[in-house]
Amino acid sequence: MCLAVPAKIIELSGSDAIADCVGNRIQANISLVPEVKLGDFVLIHAGFAITVIDEEEAKKTWKLLEDLDNFNKTNNKVSG
Amino acid sequence: MLDMINRAYKEIARAGQTLGRKMNIMEVCGTHTVSIFRAGLRDALPDCLKLLSGPGCPVCITDQGYIDAVLSLSRRDDCIIATYGDMIRVPGRDGSLEQNTGRGNIKIILSAQDALKLAIENPNKKVLFVAVGFETTTPATAVIAGQALRQGIKNLFIFSNHKLVIPAMEALLSEKNHRIDAFLCPGHVSVIIGSDAYKPIVEKFKRPCVVSGFEPMQIIFAISEICRQLAEGTASIGSVYQAAVTPQGNKTAQKIISESFDIVDGYWRGLGKIGKSTLKLKEKFSSLDAEKQFGIQLALEEDLTGCRCGEVLCGLIDPCDCGLFAQNCTPDSPIGPCMVSSEGACAAWYKYARGKRRS
Amino acid sequence: MASSGKILLAHGGGGRLTEELIRSVILPVFDNQTLSGLTDSAELELDAKSICFTTDSYVIKPLFFNGGDIGKLAVCGTLNDLAVSGAKPIAISMALIIEEGLEIEILRKILISAAQTAKKQNVPIVCGDTKVVEAGGVDKLFINTSGIGVKIPQAKLGFKQIFPGDAIIVSGTIGDHGMTIMSQREGIKFESSLKSDCAAVTEICIGLVEAFGSDIKFMRDPTRGGLSATLNEIANQANCGVEIYEEKLPVNPTVRAAAEILGFDILEIANEGKVVAVVAAQKAQSCLDFCRSLQIGRDAAIIGNIAESDYLLVELETFIKGRRIVQMPYGRELPRIC
Repeated sequence: MCLAVPAKIIELSGSDAIADCVGNRIQANISLVPEVKLGDFVLIHAGFAITVIDEEEAKKTWKLLEDLDNFNKTNNKVSG
Repeated sequence: MLDMINRAYKEIARAGQTLGRKMNIMEVCGTHTVSIFRAGLRDALPDCLKLLSGPGCPVCITDQGYIDAVLSLSRRDDCIIATYGDMIRVPGRDGSLEQNTGRGNIKIILSAQDALKLAIENPNKKVLFVAVGFETTTPATAVIAGQALRQGIKNLFIFSNHKLVIPAMEALLSEKNHRIDAFLCPGHVSVIIGSDAYKPIVEKFKRPCVVSGFEPMQIIFAISEICRQLAEGTASIGSVYQAAVTPQGNKTAQKIISESFDIVDGYWRGLGKIGKSTLKLKEKFSSLDAEKQFGIQLALEEDLTGCRCGEVLCGLIDPCDCGLFAQNCTPDSPIGPCMVSSEGACAAWYKYARGKRRS
Repeated sequence: MASSGKILLAHGGGGRLTEELIRSVILPVFDNQTLSGLTDSAELELDAKSICFTTDSYVIKPLFFNGGDIGKLAVCGTLNDLAVSGAKPIAISMALIIEEGLEIEILRKILISAAQTAKKQNVPIVCGDTKVVEAGGVDKLFINTSGIGVKIPQAKLGFKQIFPGDAIIVSGTIGDHGMTIMSQREGIKFESSLKSDCAAVTEICIGLVEAFGSDIKFMRDPTRGGLSATLNEIANQANCGVEIYEEKLPVNPTVRAAAEILGFDILEIANEGKVVAVVAAQKAQSCLDFCRSLQIGRDAAIIGNIAESDYLLVELETFIKGRRIVQMPYGRELPRIC
């Protein structure tokens, strides 16, 4: 029922992580997904990662991840 | 992309023809209501569908007694109120948190962790965490409760009003609204509880349940799948959100919820009492339990004359059917909770579906 | 003295310390004859019948942000109000209300930024005022700037010029400023590559009017309330409908993601270096090409058009070709969680 954004785990230290969402580095608590590894994509809701996501599946209908992909490729390309 | 969407629309229209009547689909979740409006889906979807808003808006269903209790605590000099942003406009008997921010002790937080941080940074104050939300948000509260206990934090108080989605859906079908044909199920709640959690709805009530995320394409495909089932006369659990939702859900999160909370009967604004629908902290967390530590007695709420939020939350009427809608009840001066919350059906209708005639 | 240390109440008292502050901090930064004359009012020679006059106050928090600071903002904001009115800026005033205890070095940094911004635009700051209030009287520093400009003869701007069919152009990516500020302020404090678009739009506005004259019907800078507020103002005041297309909106992906994270609608987020222009349909492509020829307008786009309508509505066609209304924003956007 709530907003959650996909982000890639780029730093990990105990139950604290930093995740990158299209150039925004967000703090996330990973207590709910202890199995997460560096480089995994997770859904972050209210500062907590709630699940690891399958990147390929998500891309099929996920504009945000598209942006993520484009961003990583072209660094700050503008859409529209 | 547009081809896929048009094909889905055709399938929906075909299902409507086969069935020969309008299909009533409830969007359980407030975020779905908003997403559907923002994508302009309401007008784009075929006419054989009626989308009903549901009670999945934690702000909307938070009872007035709870808000009054928070407000009265906010007037104490030794208290800091840590709350998610959406809550500050909910009206209690004496106004809302937003109208009472003069003391500077009401802090909007974006994460339960911020509440814990506030407690650590303000050892001389009592930090009250306004813990509302459904299963997506509940595990976070459980995590910080555990952290607070382990770290010996004595000044964090959790005021839990977390609610459960499935009991609400069951209550709707058994008592409130028999016209719901199917459910569009909330994507992120389902991440936690798993898509199998909808088995009782499907098996007992024979209503299709399809889980969807919040992207417009997902919502369209989910609705298409629902209509296909309705036309076939079947009812099963479906999902267009396999990227994030598994049948069993997030077991770690479920475990921490069941270890931290007891399930009790609870009061839902607009819906009344729903059995085994609310979460209260377990005994082991009583030193963190705001209700126990502050001796909070929740008062019964006033009847708001003319307010039909209850019927809106049950999908029985559209917001525009309420006599107060857009007249006395607007986002600037809301009467009922459905207009207060940015995800309330009435607020969504007001924001996305109204126009001003040319003068 | 003190070109170091903290601002004291006495610095605003009109006596010796005030004089020291002006001479050793303020004047050296602005370095122009008019201001240095320290007369009660600045005398300007103007050869114009039509003068544009604008004022704005700046209370932004934090004072420094990625892409600018309150000083740069205070100058750009006022210059931009003149620019969208079709006026070449002549001079700016700057009034400071300083909280007792502010580091003088911080004040100097901000003033240098303001001065550099004004110098780049060839606009002098010709008069000013300095007040100091007790701690808590203001939040560190508030600035008011007023500006005068002369409308260029080709300018024929106004709501009455707007007609159905006119095209709507936005000069670049939306939401950059507001999201940058929000991300630094709202507690989530995420580091990001977000950068405010704080900039003067004089070149693009005056350029458009000089090149296209009365084909430029109306311009506005979409600050507080974002694109949504500006478009609704147009619909209401010009008595028309507005249609825009989601896929045409220029949005930086990082900004879009930040808005998702914090639960904001990108249409309602402030911009501080952008113009919304309503132009004659047949000139739309040429206007767009002109904007894009400038660095500041490199991401410009035609986002929609004025429409014939019984309703004074702003309608958005979404990515999936649905339609929805874009209402005037509430006023204080709350981040959504659940």
